[in-house]
Amino acid sequence: MARAAVRGRLNWMLGEVVELLDETPRVRSVVLDIPHWPGHRAGQHVDVRLTAEDGYQAQRSYSIASAPEDRRLVLTVERLPDGEVSSYLVGELRPGDSLELRGPIGGYFVWEARMGGPLLLVAGGSGIVPLMAMLRHREASRAAVGARLVYSSRSWEEIIYREELERLASGPDGPQVTHTLTRSQPPGWTGYARRVDGAMLAEVAWPPSHAPTAFICGPTPFVETVASALVLLGYPATSVKTERFGPTGG
Amino acid sequence: MRVDGNAMGGMLSEVFAREVTSARMACDGCGKVEPLGAEHAYLQAPGMVLRCRHCEQVLLVVTRANGAYLLSFRGMRWFELPAEP
Amino acid sequence: MAHVSRGFRGKRAKEREGDRLPPGQYLVEGFPVLSAGPTPHTPLEEWSFSIVGLVAEPKMWSWEAFGALPQEEVRTDIHCVTKWSKLDTTWEGVSIDTLLEGVEHHATHVLAFSDGDYTTNLPLEDLVDGKAWVATAYDGRPLEPEHGGPARLLVPHLYFWKSAKWVRGLQLRDHDEPGFWESYGYHMYGDPWREQRYAGD
Repeated sequence: MARAAVRGRLNWMLGEVVELLDETPRVRSVVLDIPHWPGHRAGQHVDVRLTAEDGYQAQRSYSIASAPEDRRLVLTVERLPDGEVSSYLVGELRPGDSLELRGPIGGYFVWEARMGGPLLLVAGGSGIVPLMAMLRHREASRAAVGARLVYSSRSWEEIIYREELERLASGPDGPQVTHTLTRSQPPGWTGYARRVDGAMLAEVAWPPSHAPTAFICGPTPFVETVASALVLLGYPATSVKTERFGPTGG
Repeated sequence: MRVDGNAMGGMLSEVFAREVTSARMACDGCGKVEPLGAEHAYLQAPGMVLRCRHCEQVLLVVTRANGAYLLSFRGMRWFELPAEP
Repeated sequence: MAHVSRGFRGKRAKEREGDRLPPGQYLVEGFPVLSAGPTPHTPLEEWSFSIVGLVAEPKMWSWEAFGALPQEEVRTDIHCVTKWSKLDTTWEGVSIDTLLEGVEHHATHVLAFSDGDYTTNLPLEDLVDGKAWVATAYDGRPLEPEHGGPARLLVPHLYFWKSAKWVRGLQLRDHDEPGFWESYGYHMYGDPWREQRYAGD
């Protein structure tokens, strides 16, 4: 099939794996070189397709972790217990391999600096990935937009991009980062130690009077709890954008 | 399990040759208008099912058979695609 | 063919089981969950199973009454239209023959209806003579909601979308009318051995 010249049609393309970075024991970032990559916006995702020798295929969607300004495309993948695609990406894949993908996909869950803010980003586990692309884009574009991140992880060791978030937060216009650790906390931990709820958001989220835009990403129950809580706090429903992960992220 | 209409974005871009996750639609059940990306999507079925996030009525069903896409929009009152992709 | 991903096998079982697999199917190890909508959670005190439609007298069982009916153990292969198959699955349930005992009717077809507005259509003769059950247990345990619990239809000789999850009853009819997937282009009958996946197959 000839490459369609129609604008917007997505073709499957091959990216070369140039580097693999272990973010946490179960999470790995895959750095890709993709010739003719059309560029993307923070929040978008790609579909990844794996094909076995007998033609069997499996396909999953993964959020893009890299900023639009970055030279290479980065996907951050969590290995799920029964994940046939995630266990391949986080276990078998090696530098030099090719990965078939199409994208970028998504026009609804995206943020560009010109859209303004302030931004409220709420992440559950690997839901941090598209929000990290937004924070990286915010930094690279020097956007004069306030940003607050509320990030729920099971433990300190499982915080993805932990050091980079510290670095970003320590900058003069860096985002305000609030972690909550729901299963175990390191000795001396004085931060939140429970699931994100209305009371926590009332303390750390932008007040509705600032007219923030909220992006929530994570497992479906997490996203729904947080979205409801924000609406109860007074966020207009149209200002709350959600991206739910299901078993499609396997 | 339920995900967002956003997750149907890749497959629908094959059909429409453009980005559609921000296209708006009106539910024929409750009348509420939402962008496709915000609606509830069920992808792990014999076909892809998009349901209204307010009343769970089926809006769109896409199945793929014999080299063709079969789309049923019967649950929507209308579906709006901007003229410029 | 698309680019072959070095070292990718997917989660299929290693050997094909000779002639137990219908054309186009492959074996899986887990039990995939496929759903067209949110999982219903009807409390058992509100649950009932009914036989309605072209019957002299409709019948209804509460969960308690249903549990008092004779249960059968079933060991069978199941085949999903999305191409996965599982062999030797074990279930426990009430035979449709038991449920239709004493029901006077002239029906030729059935529309099975479920919580969540799911429906599927079948010829009546594909539900009787030991071919179908309302199953309440899988693999020795009560059926989980994501797999259709508390009760689902079990019609293993047809593609598994006909084994309606969260089934609440059968509507007996004198003609065939498409259920949910059938109205969206899937085959009215659905025989895996003739690969009847889509309308017109």
